[in-house]
Amino acid sequence: MTGRRRACLASVACAAVLGAGILSGCGGDGGGPVSLKWFIAIQPGGSIQKVAETCSKESGGKYDIDLELLPTDASQQREQLVRRLGAEDSSIDLIGMDVVWTAEFANAGWIRKWTGADAKEVSRGVFKPVLETASFDGDLYGAPFNSNTQLLWYRKDLVPKPPETWDEMVQMAEKLGPAHGGQIQLQANKYEGFTVWANAMIESAGTQILSGPETVDLAQGPTEKALASMGLMANSSAAAPNLTTSDEDTARLGFEAGAAFMVNYTFAYGSAKENAPDVAKNMGAARYPGIVPGRESKPPLGGFNLGISSYSKHPELAYEAAKCLTAPKQQLTVTELDGLAPARSGLYGTKVVKKAFPGFADLVKESIETAGPRPVTPAYQDVSLAIQDALHPPTKIDPDDPGPAYDELKDKVQQGVDREGLL
Amino acid sequence: MSQVKAAISDRARSERRLGWLLCAPAAIAMLAVTAYPIGYAIVLSLQQVDLRFPDEGGWVGLQNYGAVLSSGLWWTDLFNTVFLSVISVSIELCLGMAIALVMHRAIFGRGVVRTSVLIPYGIVTVVAAFSWQFAFAPDTGFVNHLPLIADDKDWFGERFSAFAVIIMAEVWKTTPFMALLLLAGLTTIDDGLYNAAKVDGASAWQRFTRITLPLMKPAILVALLFRTLDAFRIFDTIFIMTNGAQDTQSVSILGYQQLISRLNLGLGSAVSVLIFLCVLVIAIFFVKFLGARQPEGSNA
Repeated sequence: MTGRRRACLASVACAAVLGAGILSGCGGDGGGPVSLKWFIAIQPGGSIQKVAETCSKESGGKYDIDLELLPTDASQQREQLVRRLGAEDSSIDLIGMDVVWTAEFANAGWIRKWTGADAKEVSRGVFKPVLETASFDGDLYGAPFNSNTQLLWYRKDLVPKPPETWDEMVQMAEKLGPAHGGQIQLQANKYEGFTVWANAMIESAGTQILSGPETVDLAQGPTEKALASMGLMANSSAAAPNLTTSDEDTARLGFEAGAAFMVNYTFAYGSAKENAPDVAKNMGAARYPGIVPGRESKPPLGGFNLGISSYSKHPELAYEAAKCLTAPKQQLTVTELDGLAPARSGLYGTKVVKKAFPGFADLVKESIETAGPRPVTPAYQDVSLAIQDALHPPTKIDPDDPGPAYDELKDKVQQGVDREGLL
Repeated sequence: MSQVKAAISDRARSERRLGWLLCAPAAIAMLAVTAYPIGYAIVLSLQQVDLRFPDEGGWVGLQNYGAVLSSGLWWTDLFNTVFLSVISVSIELCLGMAIALVMHRAIFGRGVVRTSVLIPYGIVTVVAAFSWQFAFAPDTGFVNHLPLIADDKDWFGERFSAFAVIIMAEVWKTTPFMALLLLAGLTTIDDGLYNAAKVDGASAWQRFTRITLPLMKPAILVALLFRTLDAFRIFDTIFIMTNGAQDTQSVSILGYQQLISRLNLGLGSAVSVLIFLCVLVIAIFFVKFLGARQPEGSNA
C-alpha cells in the first residue's frame, strides 16, 4: 500500500469516527425518549442493566437510561466521576455514589438535594445508618439504592461457637493452629478497605473518628483498645501471610482455601457456594466481632446511593428515574441477581432476600441497623488517606502499647480534616 | 546597486517570513501542549485550589512548596524514586549492553533476534505490571512454588521485596529499549579498529574497554539519559503492584494522590513542578556531562 493511499484511508476512518460521534451526540434531542446517563459501578450479575431496562420501559417513553459502567474498585469509580464533575460535565445525569462520597459531592455542589415528597419516597423504610450516609448538613443528597455490610464468616466444623470479640477470635484461631485452619482473613492492604476495618474497630470500641465534618473525636481509651486489638490481630500467628496486601478477594480466596475465620461482605457466601462447595456447606455467619466483651459491635456499612448531577440537563426526569431505580421492586431485583442487601428494612421478610441470604437474612438486617458508618466529611478522601498513612501496616501497632499509634492516628486525622500537607 | 541589494533583502525577508509561517503551526502546537500546561501548573502551585471546596482559594505564595518540602513523605518518596531509578537503570545498562553485543554479532536470524528481544518493550506497562504481580501473588502466582522460595512469601507485603519485583518488571520491560539504543552506537564503530587491535595483540576485554566503550560513550550517555528520565517518572508498575503501600511510593504516585484522589490542585501542582525540576536537573546533568566529556574523548 502506498503512503498516500494509507493516509487517505486513515482520514476516511477518522471522519467516520468523528461523524459517528456527532450523530450519537444528537440522539435524544429529537422527539423520542430523553437519554439519561447513569454512571455506576458494574455488578457481575447484570442487575444494573436489568433495573435500567425495567425503569426505561416503565417510563412510557419519557426517558431511556444509558449506562456508563464504572470499574469495581471504589477509588477508581470516584476518580472517574470527580474528574468529570469537576469539569462540570453535563453528560452525567445519575450517579451511583459510594456511601462515603455524599458529603464531598454535596459540598462541592456537584449533586442536587432531595426534598419534599421525593425525599420522603426514597427514604421510606430505609435503615437509619444508610440514610445518614446519604445526608449531609441536614439535607438528603442521595436515594439509597442498595446497602451492604460485613459479617463474620466461620467454619462450623472447626469452630463450635463464633467469637464475640476480635481478641477472642485471635485466641481461637491460634489454638486451632495454622495447619488446621487457624487463620483469620480480613482486608488490610493500604486501600479503602483498610479504612473500613479501622473504622469498624474504633466504632465498636465505643468512640468515633469524627464527631462533626471538621471535628476529630477519637476518645483515647476506646481508640487505644481498638488499636491494641488491630495490633494483636496483625502480629498473631492467625494473621494470613499476605495480611498487609489482603483485600476482599484475597480474603475470600483464603477462606475458600481453608481459613476458619473471615470478615467480609455478603458476596463471600455466593462465591464460596460456587468455588468451594465443601467449604460453603460448613460456612456459618455471625455478627461482626466487637472489641469489648458485652458491647455490641458496629459492623462496616457499604452500598450505593443515587445522586442527581447538578449539571444534568434533565433533572426532573433524573429524579423520576432515580425514584424508579430505588423502588422496592428494583432493590429486590438487585438482591436477586447480585446478592446485594436492600436498603429498605421492610424487604428482609421477602422470599427473594431469604433466598439470597439463606439463614442469615435477619443477621444482615441487624448488622445494617446497628452499623457504624464511616465519617461524614467533605474531606473524606483526606481522612481516609490519613488513617491509612497512620496505621498501615497494622503489624507496626504494638498491642501492649498502642499509645504511639494513637498519637500518630490523631495527628494524621487532624491533618486530614484540615486538608493540610501531603497525604 | 542599492536597488539590487534592496531586492535581495526583500526576498530574504519574505523567505524568512515564509519560514516563520511554516514553523508557526508547530510552534503554536508546542506552546499549547507544553508551555501552557507547565505555566498553568506553576500558577496553580502558588494558589490554594481544591476542587471539592470551590468557594475557597487565593494566592498563597510558596506555601504549597513549603508544605511539600517539609513533609517526610516527599523525601521518602524521592528516595524511593532515586533508588528505583539508579538500580533499574544500572541493571538495564549491563543487560542491554550484553544483548546489544549479541545482536550485533548475530550471524543468522538477525531480524528474528532483534524482533523477539523487542517483545517486552511492546507490551503495555500496565499489562506487564499485572502479569508480574500475578506471578508473584502468594495465592495465585507460580513464583512461590519454585524451589528455594518460601511457599507463603508475600512479596508485596514488605518494602524491599516489593522493590525487587518492581525493579524486575521494569528491567524486563525496558532493557530492549536500552539494547536498541546501544546497538545503534555499536554499529557506528569501524570493524577495522578491532582488526588493528587484534593484530597488536589486544585481548577481547581490552578491545571492549579500549575501543568499544570509549567510542560508544555518546550512545551510552544518550541511552542513560533517556532511561533515567523515564525511570524517574515511574508510575504504572508501582500503581498496579502496591499502589504505594509499604513505603514503596514514587513521587509520581504522590503527585497523583494529591491531584486526582484529593483534588488538591495547589499541593498537587507543587509536587508536579518539583518533579519537573528534578527531571530538569537530571537532564542538565547529563547534557553538561555529555558536552564536557566529548572533546576529551576525541582527543584521546
